[in-house]
Amino acid sequence: MPQMRRRAGLEYLEELIAFVAGHAETAGFPPSRIREIELAAEEALVNVFKYAYPETGGDVVVNCGLTDEGRLQLEISDRGIPFNMLHVPDPDLTADIPERRIGGLGIFFIKKMTDEARYQRQGKTNNLTLIFDKRD
Amino acid sequence: MKITDNGKQKGFLVIGVEGRMDAVTTPEFEQTLGNRIDEGETRLIVDLSALEYISSAGLRGILTGVKKVNAKGGEMIFTGLRDAVREVFEISGFSTIIPTHESVEAALKKI
Repeated sequence: MPQMRRRAGLEYLEELIAFVAGHAETAGFPPSRIREIELAAEEALVNVFKYAYPETGGDVVVNCGLTDEGRLQLEISDRGIPFNMLHVPDPDLTADIPERRIGGLGIFFIKKMTDEARYQRQGKTNNLTLIFDKRD
Repeated sequence: MKITDNGKQKGFLVIGVEGRMDAVTTPEFEQTLGNRIDEGETRLIVDLSALEYISSAGLRGILTGVKKVNAKGGEMIFTGLRDAVREVFEISGFSTIIPTHESVEAALKKI
């Protein structure tokens, strides 16, 4: 599976997203679905950038490819603190403007946009696997 | 992301946002909008008809702007949401708390 490894930092977000979107485009995913894939990928990557390495810096590794069934499989790995973002509770989506918070919304988007999402801690590595159907 | 100043209509400052509002670009939106609000612009129409993509970081920028304007007794309206942006507004519940209109023209008719 094609891989891209970068330092975990916002300055690499656009490059990593373009890498993921490029695979979806080549595989013939419709533009609307590609936006959703980009959204899930951004939210997962930004989470790693913000929280995986609170003291030292570190790398993020993105693997992206197609499964035998033609689904897009995205794997995001880091060697930071153990964290299963899929266990974060959903945000309150009904709060009015003064009480509104954005925290948790990104992870909620990941859950909504993926057809399958899995987390595994393997040794010192966080592995997040996101699977996207074409939905066309 | 590109932010344009589209002048004033019916006392509302019309601002256009093009491209992508993500974790990288949204701070610029917050900065630009924040400056205009500090300068006394508290009635704004933010036209998103050329915005292709928005993430939770972009929503954070929008919420920050709306809270700031509301605190000054002003109003901020969003127009022209494309499908990808509308979807994010709907999933997040933003469409129920943030006023949106089909176009700048439609918003102005209601003002």
